[in-house]
Amino acid sequence: MRIVTVRRLSQGFFLAVFLWFCVAATLGAAWWQLRGWPINWFLELDPLTALATALATGTIYSALTWSLVTIALTVFVGRFFCGFACPLGTINQITGWLGRRHLDLAGRVEANRHRRAQAWKYYLLAFLLALAFMGSVQTGVFDPLPLLHRSVNLALLPLADSGPGVLSDEPRLYASVWLIGFVLLGVVGLNLVFPRFFCRFVCPLGALFGLLSRWSPWRIGKTADRCGDCVICEQYCEGACRPSEKFIEGECVLCMNCLHRCPANRITFAAKASAAGEAALPDLSRRGFVVGGAGLLLASMWGVGGLAGANRHASLIRPPGALDEDRFLARCIRCGQCMRICPANIIQPALLEAGVQGLWTPAINYRISRSGCLPNCIACGQVCPTAAIRPLTLEEKQGAGEFAAQGPIRMGTAFVDRTRCLPWAMDRPCLVCHELCPVSPKAIFTRTAFETIRDGQAIPARAQGTGVELAAPIPTAVNLASGDYYLRATGQVEAALRRITGSAGAGLTLEGPLAGEGLPAEGLKVEVVVRLQRPFMDPARCIGCGMCEHECPVSGLRAIRVYSENESRSRPGRMLI
Amino acid sequence: MPKEQDQVITAEITRRDFLKRVGYASALALAAGGLGLALYDAKGPAPSEGQKALTGLGDFTSKALAPGPGKMAIIRGTDRAVMCEQGIKALGGMEAFIQKGDRVLLKVNAAFATPASLGATTHPETLAAVAGLCFKAGASQVLVTDNPINNPDSCFAISGLAKAARATGSRIIAPRASLFAPVSLSGGKLLQNWPVMAGALTGVTKVMIVSPVKDHQRAGASMTLKNFYGFLGGRRNVFHQDINGIITELALLIKPTLCVLDGTVTMMTNGPTGGSLSDLKETGTMVISTDPVAADAVGVELLGRTLADVPYIQMAGKAGAGQADYRQLKPVIIDTKA
Repeated sequence: MRIVTVRRLSQGFFLAVFLWFCVAATLGAAWWQLRGWPINWFLELDPLTALATALATGTIYSALTWSLVTIALTVFVGRFFCGFACPLGTINQITGWLGRRHLDLAGRVEANRHRRAQAWKYYLLAFLLALAFMGSVQTGVFDPLPLLHRSVNLALLPLADSGPGVLSDEPRLYASVWLIGFVLLGVVGLNLVFPRFFCRFVCPLGALFGLLSRWSPWRIGKTADRCGDCVICEQYCEGACRPSEKFIEGECVLCMNCLHRCPANRITFAAKASAAGEAALPDLSRRGFVVGGAGLLLASMWGVGGLAGANRHASLIRPPGALDEDRFLARCIRCGQCMRICPANIIQPALLEAGVQGLWTPAINYRISRSGCLPNCIACGQVCPTAAIRPLTLEEKQGAGEFAAQGPIRMGTAFVDRTRCLPWAMDRPCLVCHELCPVSPKAIFTRTAFETIRDGQAIPARAQGTGVELAAPIPTAVNLASGDYYLRATGQVEAALRRITGSAGAGLTLEGPLAGEGLPAEGLKVEVVVRLQRPFMDPARCIGCGMCEHECPVSGLRAIRVYSENESRSRPGRMLI
Repeated sequence: MPKEQDQVITAEITRRDFLKRVGYASALALAAGGLGLALYDAKGPAPSEGQKALTGLGDFTSKALAPGPGKMAIIRGTDRAVMCEQGIKALGGMEAFIQKGDRVLLKVNAAFATPASLGATTHPETLAAVAGLCFKAGASQVLVTDNPINNPDSCFAISGLAKAARATGSRIIAPRASLFAPVSLSGGKLLQNWPVMAGALTGVTKVMIVSPVKDHQRAGASMTLKNFYGFLGGRRNVFHQDINGIITELALLIKPTLCVLDGTVTMMTNGPTGGSLSDLKETGTMVISTDPVAADAVGVELLGRTLADVPYIQMAGKAGAGQADYRQLKPVIIDTKA
C-alpha cells in the first residue's frame, strides 16, 4: 500500500475515533454511552497538556503519561501526529484541499510556499509555556485537541440534540457557545486563505512537535542535491516546509505528498540528511521569543487582580471537587468534557465570570437546564483529564464513611433574597426551595409567620357557628379557601386562628367557630391572616448544590441563589467558624 | 458586412428576449403580489400564541366495574410483590381492570435521582409487581412515565425504575418537549392553558398511579394525588402558592384506573427528598384503590397525621374526585403475614 493511502486511512480512523469518543461521553449505561470508553484518550496523548500542567504543577497527572508515547514517537520520526492522527489537522487538510481543487500547479505551489509567519506558532508556544510556568495554564484555548473537543462537545453535538434529541432526551444548553462554534468555523474557514492555516501559523502543539523533532533521526529528505525544478513536490505540501529546496524538518507534518508525487523519486523518508540540505526549524527571531515571554508578565499581573483571593467572584461556582482557583487554573485545559458529561447540564463554559484567564473554564449555572448538582453524581471529576476537578468518590462528595469527619463537598452557600422571595416579600406561601433541598436534615428550615393580608384588616363581620359573613367581599386575587388562610377576631391576638375552608362572595366557612373571649354580638371585626412558612438557611448544612435556586418559581433573578461563600475548595471563601 | 449581420441578429434576439423578459417579469410581479396578498395580516399579532387546549386527560375507569363507590384493599405485610398480588386479587383480580390488548400507562413518582433505598421515589419492586400483573392480565404494552424534578435520565436510572421497567418488558416514556400540550381544565382556576404531558397518553387505554408515601412540608403529604403533579410541565412550581388548590384541580384532570399507594416504608421526615435512612419508617401497608382520594386518606394515617393536616384530600373529595372518608368504601383488609 502506498504511504499516502496509509496516511489517509490513519487520518480517517483517528477522526472517526475522536468523534466517537465525543458521542460516547454521554452519561448512561447503554453500549454507546460512557462505560469504559477511553473518551479522554486524545487529550491524554497531548504532550502540550502534559508539559503545561507539569510546568504549572510539577507533576504529570495519571493518564497524561500517554503523552510520553507521542513524545517518544515524535522525537524519532517527527510530526507524525499532525499528519497521521490529529483530528483537527485532518479537518483542516480536507477543507484546504476542497478549497483549492480549482487551482493550477502554480496556484497550489504559491499556496504552499513557506512563509515567515510560520514562526509565530513558536512564539505563541513560548507565550503559553511562560504563562504555564507562572501557574496559569492557557494552552487549552489554542491547543487543537481541547479546542476540537470543546467545539464538538458544546457547539456541534447540542445541535443534534436540540431538535430530534439524538443523544439526550432534552436539548443541551450551553451559554455563549456561539463564540466557541465561531472560533471553530474560523479555524476551518482560514483554510481557504492558506491550506492548514491553523496548523502552520497558530498551532502551539505543532510548534512543540517541531521542537521535539529537532534531532529525529528519521526524516523527510532528498537523495540528490539538484533536481529538475518541477516543484510538483510543493503542490500538496501540507506543512509548507519547502520540499523543493532545503527542507525545514520541524515544519514537515509527514503528509508524504512530496514523496508520493516526485516524478524522479528523489524524495525519501530515511535516517539520513537531505542531500539538498535541511534546516531544523523556520527562522525564529529572538524578538519573537521576547514578546512570547510577556506571558510571564501577564500571569503576574493576573495575580495582582486577586481573582483567586480577595477579589474572588461571588457568583463563580466551580464543579464539585474543583481545586481552589489558583490550582484549578494550573490544570484546566477547557476541553469541555465535564460540561458534556454533566447530566444536569449545569456546568457551563465561563465567558468572563472567572476573568479573561478563566475563559471557557467550567462554571456552574443553576438557572439553565434541568436540575441542581445531583447528590449521587460524580461524573465531572471522573472525566476531567487533568484533575482540575478531582475525581471524587461518592463517599467523599457526600461526606460519608471515612469522610464523615470532613463533611460533604460544598460548592457554595444558598442565600435567600428576602426582597424577591414570595413568602418573605409578597405574603404568598411557596416553600419550593425547602421541598427540593436534598440534604438530610434539610439545610433550609422554616419559621411560620401569620400575617394579616392586605385588605384583610378589621373587616366588619357577623359570625354564626362556623360561618362568617363579611360586610363586603375582600378584593383579593388569592383563593381564601386554599387552606393557607385563617380568620381571627380583631384585637384577639392570642385567640386560636380558624382555617378558612370555604369561600363564596362575602361568606366564609371556617373549620371551627371563631375563637376568642367575649366576642361582641354586634360590631364584630375580623382579620384575614395568611400562614407563611418562610425559608431560612442553615449554612452549616448547605452544600451549594443549587436544587433550590434551580427550582425557585421566581424565574428571572431567583429568590434563592447560590454564591461561592463557604465552598470547600477555597480558603479565602470560608464563611463559617 | 459582418457588422450589419451582427446588428440584424441582435435585433431578432432582442425582440424574443424582450418578450421572454416581459413574461418572466410579469410572472415574478404576479407571484410577489399574490404572496403578499396571501400573507396579508390586517390585525397584527395576538398578545400570546395560543394552541387549542385540552380540557382534561380523560377518564380511564375500568368499564368492567359496576358504577358506584370505589373499590379498595388495604394490605399489611413487607413483601411488595405479594401485597400487590393479594390486594388486586381481593378486588377481583387484575382482569377486572385490564382487558386483553390494553395499553397501560403507569405513572410513577421518579422525582429525584436517589436510590430506591431512600424511599423518595416509587419502589422498583412495586413497579415490577404492578407491571407484571398488567402483562399477565393481557396488557399489550406497559408504559412508565413521570416528569421528574431532577433530570429524567438520572432519575429513572438511579431510582432503579428503568431497570425494573426493562426487566418486566415495560417501556419508559421520558418527558420530551413534544409530549406536552396545553390543558385548560373546565372549571379550573389554576390549570388554564398550562402544558401537561398529554402525549404520554396517546393510545393509552388504562392509567395506574403508583406512588410512595412521603412527608411534604408545604402540602402536608406527598402520595397519590401529589403524584399527579408529575403530569405538569412548565415552571409548575408557581402553583406551590396554592398547593391545595392545584392538587384539587389535578385530581379532576384525570380519572385513573387504579391507584397503588406503597406504604411498605414511609418517609416520615425531611420529605419529599429524604436523603437519609433515618427519615424512613417501616409502616408495612399497601393501599390499592380505584379512588385516589380514599387511598391518600389511608396514607395520611401512615404518616401519623390527620385530614386536617393535609387539606387537599378533603378539598379533592368535595370537588368530586373521590371519597375522603375511605371507610365508606368498605375496604378489604388483608394481612399477608409476610
